[in-house]
Amino acid sequence: MKKTMNKTTKNNFINYGIVIAIFVIVEILSGTGNLSRLLTGLLVPLCVYTIAAISLNLVVGFSGELSLGHAGFMCVGAYSSALFSHIASDIPQVPRFILAILIGAAVAAVFGVIIGIPVLRLRGDYLAIVTLAFGEIIKNLINILYVGFDENGLHVATSSANLKLVAGGKQILKGALGISGTGALYKDVKHYFFPIGIILVLLTLFIVQNLVNSRSGRAIMATRDNRIAAESVGIDVTKFKLLAFTISAALAGVAGVLYAHNLSMLKVSGFDYNMSILILVYVVLGGIGNLRGSMIAAIILYALPELLRGFANYRMLIYAIVLIVMMLFNWAPAARNWRARVMEKIRGTKNKKEAA
Amino acid sequence: MSFLSYLKDGISLGSIYAIIALGYTMVYGIAKMLNFAHGDVIMVGAYVILTAVTRGGMSPVLAVALSVIFCTVLGMVIEKVAYSPLRKASSNLAVLITAIGVSYLLQNLALLIFGADAKSFVTVIDVPSVSLFDGQLVIKGITIVTILSCIVIMAGLMLFVQKTKPGRAMQAVSEDRDAAQLMGVNVNATISMTFAIGSGLAAIAGLLLCQTYPTLTPYTGAMPGIKAFVAAVFGGIGSIPGAMVGGILLGVIEIFGKAYISSQVADAICFAVLIVVLLVKPTGLFGKNIQEKV
Repeated sequence: MKKTMNKTTKNNFINYGIVIAIFVIVEILSGTGNLSRLLTGLLVPLCVYTIAAISLNLVVGFSGELSLGHAGFMCVGAYSSALFSHIASDIPQVPRFILAILIGAAVAAVFGVIIGIPVLRLRGDYLAIVTLAFGEIIKNLINILYVGFDENGLHVATSSANLKLVAGGKQILKGALGISGTGALYKDVKHYFFPIGIILVLLTLFIVQNLVNSRSGRAIMATRDNRIAAESVGIDVTKFKLLAFTISAALAGVAGVLYAHNLSMLKVSGFDYNMSILILVYVVLGGIGNLRGSMIAAIILYALPELLRGFANYRMLIYAIVLIVMMLFNWAPAARNWRARVMEKIRGTKNKKEAA
Repeated sequence: MSFLSYLKDGISLGSIYAIIALGYTMVYGIAKMLNFAHGDVIMVGAYVILTAVTRGGMSPVLAVALSVIFCTVLGMVIEKVAYSPLRKASSNLAVLITAIGVSYLLQNLALLIFGADAKSFVTVIDVPSVSLFDGQLVIKGITIVTILSCIVIMAGLMLFVQKTKPGRAMQAVSEDRDAAQLMGVNVNATISMTFAIGSGLAAIAGLLLCQTYPTLTPYTGAMPGIKAFVAAVFGGIGSIPGAMVGGILLGVIEIFGKAYISSQVADAICFAVLIVVLLVKPTGLFGKNIQEKV
């Protein structure tokens, strides 16, 4: 049994182990009352950004396309699932939440296909700018969308007055004001959002890791490494790029669902290109194509500015400097050589000591 | 008449986008990187002018000159410290993220120094308005200045790039960096010069932007920066006339979208037009279509 377990499988299980270990540590800390309120509030957003980072890594790392519109997919997932939660408020909470997650993922996947088909014709930086544009368009359109619900069914309009709800109707989505009180619909489930988040992180890891190590995954990486060579051995480049893009969008939608239900006020202004960039930062800093790196970077970099709140105005400044320094240290060829030399020295002295 | 009035507003806004887009496009053409911090250099330039005039009591001309010099130096320093170590990095995403870091850094430095509240900008350029058609169409002085400066800058840059030796060095580096180096072009100096010119232009764009829309916050530069980036891609990134045409078209589309459709979806319309253009012509309006060879 042990011999048949190869390196990738081992690596995959280490990733699951890390997530479970973090969960256990957090549960022990909160059980003994050692977790501050600030940290408790961070737990679910951490799961959200971890899922988003892993899913973006599928596009950026394994498919090799730079996407700057990931927040758009989260936004779609968040809004569709929140609307569903409000409309279907008579379904029991647990199945409703599961359905909400599935709907968020499905709607985001549909958007992934719709956007992916035209976008994946483009290359490199052009693709990046178009994904950014799509993210902004989604944000702009939801910003003017009003959705209400009454006995006649669903009403959709671009202004509050045009909804024409009959008496007793409920306005759910109020344009720029967004959707409020989604979390309150899940009084029983709400306390378990962190374990649910952890399960979703594990599920995301499971999907992405298995995809990457499958035949399709190898095809996706082949198109990344050399498009022409991949085409010449009969790989349908567009199909596999679209596959990666759609799965990534669906997983981002799941992150959006969790995000939406954890907030008392869901506003579209949160899903701007800064959020997409934030997720991209996690991916690049954690290591392109390295899922464990994405997870760890998401946790550290999301928690860092929050934990620096004591420094008030200086916190984002510190964050910016840390970001630049880490990028230079991680990626600059000069810094890499220097690191290699230092490592060699440390190893060298160790060997000498052992010899002596 | 309202159509003409919107058109001149659009061209004026578009001229500002065009000047910013020139900076983007030159840096992209030569250093092959998206300089996300470019929009924030605009904001820094505007703050320098504001401080020089209100606190330092400088004359407007001197303040503008100071701002251009400050931004030029800033651009070169950013390039040297943050971007040039990553020039040979294995992934060009690294330098993109670093640029985002620089953008955050500039925004938060401005936030610390000047505070988050919006500052109203001083009038630096005072040119009388022109009224046409018996006063039915009034063109503000600043509109004329903006459009004229855009044309002058664009013509000057074209001449510089095509006729002078450093300009041709820039072209050579943009074509093939290694070959240019072998031909004796100083690549580092050329890239540094490109950043200097782009950032100097950003200072002028900052001035014009804040004369047309006279409020200034640490985030003033971010959205025009993104829009100008869109304009540069629209026109075909790397092309100087492309940036100009893309910028002006984007400005006109934005103002018309605001006026005739809805001010809330104007941005969405801009981005939608970009997507349509890129789908029809994947390298932008003036972009070169390079055939891939095996």
